Amino acid sequence: MAKGLRGQQPSTNTSPTRRLSSLSKGKKKGEELDYSAPPGHSPIHATRSASRRLDRGRRPPLRRRVGKMIGVGKAKQYANVLDKPLSRGRQEVSLSAFAFLFSELVQYNQTQVDNIAELERRLEDAGYAVGARVLELLCHREKGNRRETRLLGILSFIHSTVWKVLFGKVADSLEKGTEHEDEYMISEKELLVNRFISVPKDMGAFNCGAFVAGIVRGVLENAGFPAVVTAHFVPIEGQQRPRTTILIKFAEEVLQREARFG
Amino acid sequence: MALAAIYSLFIINKSGGLIYYKDYGSAGRTDTNDSLRLASLWHSMHAISQQLSPTPGCEGIDLLQAHNFDLHCFQSLTGTKFFAVCETGAQNIETLLKVIYELYTDFVLKNPFYEMEMPIRCELFDLNLAQVIQKDRVTLLGR
Repeated sequence: MAKGLRGQQPSTNTSPTRRLSSLSKGKKKGEELDYSAPPGHSPIHATRSASRRLDRGRRPPLRRRVGKMIGVGKAKQYANVLDKPLSRGRQEVSLSAFAFLFSELVQYNQTQVDNIAELERRLEDAGYAVGARVLELLCHREKGNRRETRLLGILSFIHSTVWKVLFGKVADSLEKGTEHEDEYMISEKELLVNRFISVPKDMGAFNCGAFVAGIVRGVLENAGFPAVVTAHFVPIEGQQRPRTTILIKFAEEVLQREARFG
Repeated sequence: MALAAIYSLFIINKSGGLIYYKDYGSAGRTDTNDSLRLASLWHSMHAISQQLSPTPGCEGIDLLQAHNFDLHCFQSLTGTKFFAVCETGAQNIETLLKVIYELYTDFVLKNPFYEMEMPIRCELFDLNLAQVIQKDRVTLLGR
């Protein structure tokens, strides 16, 4: 087997993935040739063609493509791992599991800080990393490798697409600040991360939504919209529980660019 | 004017300390020291009843019946005990205690600001508990 491999593919341009995929097919040496790259075909090209294939607007709905992947007979058509479409994955995780994990995240960070402002900052940083990754993933999976370049576009992307993927629903509202041009607000009656959390009175206005604010900042900053994002409790009349508002204050350069775009 | 079937609710941790007490209109006695003492007394009695049991596998007192009240007790697997003092012959208290246990696991144990085995001070737990008790009353009146 090893001999056969060496014979078919020049070792100079054999990527580890390619070797793996042809190995996994076992004894069907004849077929191996069909899927291995032609000589001189570098892995980079393979990647490009794979993504181009994903890009096409008239691709079949994902569900059907996933179905094809499962079929035993057809599995080999994605002999190259790069050809495989990104699977949607499971849409839901256990809320309890998440709640315990998040609770531990908060508790751990609490042991690392002296004051509440610092705890808020650490939670935000944790969220930032999530936001950066979520942007990357969703641009590829939902937007066909495009990302929003306009202010309102990216905001509604967060409000609907990101929120739906992370929390299973669209955010309750997206509003523009009345006092300042550069302020926008995403409000949620009950933020998923706050579902089981009661903040003690001595912690003042601390809101674990700082984590979500971090996610929003991560998405915005990596999409080229630097902003300061904070989470606040806002009391609603006639309700016992306040809602959480994620306040987004864009950097000056973002608004200037937006004005140039017209 | 006790409306409810349930007079008061206690939650005690595994070492017998009272971590939650709520009164729903029992006559007079709301002294904190009294409730603390009662809670630890109940904890010991519960333990003694396990020792006294002639058959193995006894899990302690579930129900204590008196002339003018019933005491229902539910012990979770971790040793936290929930017990409610109710009217005599009150129905479905076991279910109610299990619902309260569920609230405890949700709004107390998943709260990062709660310290294990310490008194429960969680706004959301209070809110949801009040709702459950309220609902219980409504069904009681509807009967």
